[in-house]
Amino acid sequence: MTADLRFEFLITNEGRALTIHREFAAGRQLVWDCHTKAELLDQWFAPKPLTTKTKHMDFRPGGYWHFAMVTPDGETYWSRYDYQTITPIDGYATLDGFTDESGAINPDMPRAKLDVAFVDQGERTLVTTVVNYASADDLQKVIAMGMKEGMTSTLERLDELLERLG
Amino acid sequence: MASQSLAIDLVFHALADPTRRAVVQRLGKGEATVSELAEPFDMALPSFLKHLSVLEKSHLIASRKRGRVRTCALQRDSLMAAERWFIEQRAVWQNRYDNLDGLLATLSGE
Repeated sequence: MTADLRFEFLITNEGRALTIHREFAAGRQLVWDCHTKAELLDQWFAPKPLTTKTKHMDFRPGGYWHFAMVTPDGETYWSRYDYQTITPIDGYATLDGFTDESGAINPDMPRAKLDVAFVDQGERTLVTTVVNYASADDLQKVIAMGMKEGMTSTLERLDELLERLG
Repeated sequence: MASQSLAIDLVFHALADPTRRAVVQRLGKGEATVSELAEPFDMALPSFLKHLSVLEKSHLIASRKRGRVRTCALQRDSLMAAERWFIEQRAVWQNRYDNLDGLLATLSGE
């Protein structure tokens, strides 16, 4: 891995969106393939130590990717991405959603719209992902779900946080 | 979490502004009066008070009045909740993309 690959993670749109910029040391077609083919997505999408397991993939407008992130204990967390627009190899828009194993969307959880764009940067590729929540309430639900008990922290990273927000 | 009604979106909105970030940073060092907080800024007091009001609504800061002096303090729970969520989300994306670096290296080498 190259150490100087650009990575920016920002809160945008007054707290209703996340914007993630990341550079990759590969051509645009290959980076695009890794985002849009199940057999490749399965090899990287879940953060370690989780793994990705695709149940269904139909990469076209109106189609969807249904997959699980699997813990080392075998616990599964199911999601799906419903593809809305696709412009190979420039970008796509998709709606995320929490589901069960059957693929049924959990109606109590908000869905975010992701806009993913791919741009040449010399021999590298810049991927920009914007995760848009429809409302402030939606983002809050997602945060509340993600929050675990026993939170202890200090303000050590305050400066870092504020820089990121800036 | 003690504060169930944490409005993280309000927190991020509050922190989206450089003046308000500077106020939070200052209060990270300890309590301060409104006039102490306003002093570094070349800004009319009513405008500065609006910034403080946004920070209070987000529960990032709280203030109390003693006589004619209003003192502000940081509400660490709100800030920690926002911080934690932000750091976790960033870690997920960083980790995921590190995986992708590895995969791309393998595929490019083939």
